[in-house]
Amino acid sequence: MSSSLLKLDQVEAYIQKFHILQGVSFEVEKGGVTVLLGRNGAGKTTTLRTIMGLNQVGKGTITFNGENIGDLQTHQIANKGIGYVPEDQGVFGDLTVGENMRVAMKKEDEETTRRMEWVLELFPDLKKFWKKPGGALSGGQKQMLAIARAYVNENELLLIDEPSKGLAPIIVDKVTESIEQMKENTTILLVEQNFMMASKIGNQFFIIDDGKTVHKGQMEELKQDKVLMKKYLGIA
Amino acid sequence: MDLIISLTVNGLATGMLIFLLAAGLTLIFGLMSVLNFAHGGLFIWGAYTGVWSFQMTGSFIVGIIVAIITGLLLGLVTERLIIRPVYGNHIQQILITLGFMLVLQEFIKVVFGPDQKAVFPPEILQGSFLVGDIVLIKYRLFIIAVGLLIFIVSSFILKRTRVGLIVRAGVMNKEMVQSLGINIKLVFMLVFMVGAGLAALSGIMHAVYSGVIYAEMGLEFSILAFIVVVIGGMGSFSGSLFAAILVGLAQAFMAYYVPALSLAVNMLLMTVVLIFRPQGLFGKE
Repeated sequence: MSSSLLKLDQVEAYIQKFHILQGVSFEVEKGGVTVLLGRNGAGKTTTLRTIMGLNQVGKGTITFNGENIGDLQTHQIANKGIGYVPEDQGVFGDLTVGENMRVAMKKEDEETTRRMEWVLELFPDLKKFWKKPGGALSGGQKQMLAIARAYVNENELLLIDEPSKGLAPIIVDKVTESIEQMKENTTILLVEQNFMMASKIGNQFFIIDDGKTVHKGQMEELKQDKVLMKKYLGIA
Repeated sequence: MDLIISLTVNGLATGMLIFLLAAGLTLIFGLMSVLNFAHGGLFIWGAYTGVWSFQMTGSFIVGIIVAIITGLLLGLVTERLIIRPVYGNHIQQILITLGFMLVLQEFIKVVFGPDQKAVFPPEILQGSFLVGDIVLIKYRLFIIAVGLLIFIVSSFILKRTRVGLIVRAGVMNKEMVQSLGINIKLVFMLVFMVGAGLAALSGIMHAVYSGVIYAEMGLEFSILAFIVVVIGGMGSFSGSLFAAILVGLAQAFMAYYVPALSLAVNMLLMTVVLIFRPQGLFGKE
C-alpha cells in the first residue's frame, strides 16, 4: 500500500431532513480491501451513495486521486474510475445477463474483452445464463452479475455494498473468493455486515457509528479486540 | 367480408397514427416518469409546419422532414425549459405541460392564423387500389406501412443497440444507469426529442389523413394517445402498438355498427383495463 486513492474529510450528508452522515472521515489506500463496518443504520450505505454522488455532500470534501469529486454528478464520478455494486444489486431485471453486461461496458476494446473473459471464468453461471433475464436469476447469481458489471471496466476503485446480504453460505464463499481475486488488480471499498467475510478479505477497516467514523485500524488488530467488536458491531 | 376488411384497414390506419403519438408519450413516461400533456402541442406544430412546407415545396417528403425537425427542436426546448425544472413532481408536470400545451396551441393561431386549413394528400398517395371488390385507400396503406416501419426500427434500436439497452435500463433503474457512467440527463433529453419528433410525424400524417387541420386538434388527439398509453401499460412500447391498434379497430367498427357508442368505446376500453389490470395490458406491477 502506497498512497491515498480516496479520501473523505468530515463528510456530512442528509436524506430529506435527516442528518445521516455527521462527519465521516477516512482514507482508502491503493490496493487491497478497505472495510466499512458498523451497526445497521450507522450510515455505511449512505457513505457509499454519497461517494457516488447519489446523495449530495452537505459539508466536507471527497477526493479521488487528489481531485475533489464531491460536486460532480454520478456519471462523472463513475467515469473517473469508480465502480459501484449497490446493496440491492441494481440488476436490470428485463435485460438479459448479456445485455446487462453490454450496458455496463464503456469500451469494447481488447482490455475490456479480456476482463469480460476473466470475470466469466470467475462466474461461470453468468456464461451459462447469458440469455436469461436478470430478473430471473437467483440472489447469488444477481450478486455475481452486479460485481461482474462493475469489474468489467478498468475501474481503479470498486465500492461494494453488502455483497453477502441474503445469500446462502456456499454462495457467500464464492463471492468472498471472487473479491479476493479482484483485489489483486483493483482497490475495493467494502461495506459488510458479515464479519466472518469482512475479516477474511479486509486489510484495513473503519467503523462508522451514528454517522461518524469512530475507529480505524488493520483488520488483524480488530479480530483480536473483543471489546471494540462488542461495542460497535455487537459481536460477542 | 369486404366491409370487414375495409373497416380493418381504417382501424389499422387510425391505430398507427395514434401509435406514433403514443410511442413517444409512453417512452417519456417510462424513462422519465414525466406526464407530458404538451405532447399534443408538439403534434399540432408538426402538422402545421409539415403541411406549410409541403404546400410551399409541393414535396410531401420535405413536409415530413420539416415536421420531424420541428418536433425535435420543440422537444429540445420543452425538455430544457419546461420539463427539467419539474422532474419528480407530477402535479407540477401536469400543470406546466398543460399550460405549455395551450401556449403552443394559441401560438399556432398567431403564426398560421385561426382558421381551419384544408390539406390534400400528395398525388402519388391519392386514390385507391381495387383488390377484388375491396377498395383499399392508398394513403391509409401508407400510414400503416409508416407505422409498422417506425415500430420495427424503434424496436430494433431498443432491443439490439447499446443506446436502446441504456434507454430500457433507464426505465428500470435510473440510479444504476448513472452509476455505470452514463449521463442519464442526456439520455432523457434525447428520448424526449425523439418522442417529440414522433408526435410531429404523427401530426403531419394525421393532417393529410383527416384533410383538415385546426389548432385544437392536438389536444383532442393527445387524449386518445393517453388512453392508449394507459391501456398498453405506461412505459411499454409494444403495449402502445397493441393498444393503439385495439383502439383504432374499436373506433372503426363501432363508428359503423354502433355510431352512438363510437366516442365512448375508448373510455370504455380503458375503464375495463383499469378495473382488471390497472398496470395496463403490457405494463408491470
